[in-house]
Amino acid sequence: MSALLFYILAIGSVSCALLMILSKKAVNSAVALVGVMLCLAGLFAMQNAHLIAALQVLVYAGAIMVLVLFVIMLLNLREKGGLLTGRQPFIQVGAVVLLNGLLAPLVSDYVMAPTTGIALTDPATFGTVKGVGTMLFTEYLLPFEIASILLLAALVGAVVLTKNKKNSEG
Amino acid sequence: MVTAAHYLGLSAILFSIGVVGVLTRRNVIVIMMSIELMLNSANLLFVTFSNQLGDMTGHVFVFMVMAVAAGEAALGLAIVLTMFRNEETVDIDRISVLKG
Repeated sequence: MSALLFYILAIGSVSCALLMILSKKAVNSAVALVGVMLCLAGLFAMQNAHLIAALQVLVYAGAIMVLVLFVIMLLNLREKGGLLTGRQPFIQVGAVVLLNGLLAPLVSDYVMAPTTGIALTDPATFGTVKGVGTMLFTEYLLPFEIASILLLAALVGAVVLTKNKKNSEG
Repeated sequence: MVTAAHYLGLSAILFSIGVVGVLTRRNVIVIMMSIELMLNSANLLFVTFSNQLGDMTGHVFVFMVMAVAAGEAALGLAIVLTMFRNEETVDIDRISVLKG
């Protein structure tokens, strides 16, 4: 059952990702990326990461993609040329082959290594809001606070960057 | 039986697709979406190893990655908007002011 679910979600995410980079219109790419994120949320939930799965849907598929779609609509672009236009395809394909060559040993190393099968530290709270929240507010309190400052800086920066200077002077 | 290697392979495939997107597309917004895809594949790795090792630190890392990705998306799209206002295009081949 879990294997079937994994393959459905895996094939769904890979095909949505391919659709994202192959489609000519930016809007289609954005909707395909939402599909990838929803499939990945399912995969997170399969691995006991319940809070992360919920956040994936809310933050990524919700907030971030709405922002991207909003900008795409705002710019009202005329698309021309999709994949492999105007640049050297050999360099691109070569780079991808090289990258896969670098990734393959990592994956195969892990396949060869014996699975230790360590038990979850606390199965009742693993991956839940309570478990992750406790870690976030005790052990990782400083990174959490720094992340809040980072988000504030991004917020102010976005406003400053997009402010219309002609209007503000008058 | 789904093992960790399955998730690792899926993550590698998604990351590669993201790299192809960054290298081949010319629309800045699509390039940013490809970067989001790569961040997501990294998140899948964090969650997989977290589940394998029975340690929730990976979940905290994913949380941080999501915060950074949200900030990156907001700032990146603000830059794209400013760029479009100045150059009337989001084609990275035509934005070459820094080329010298």
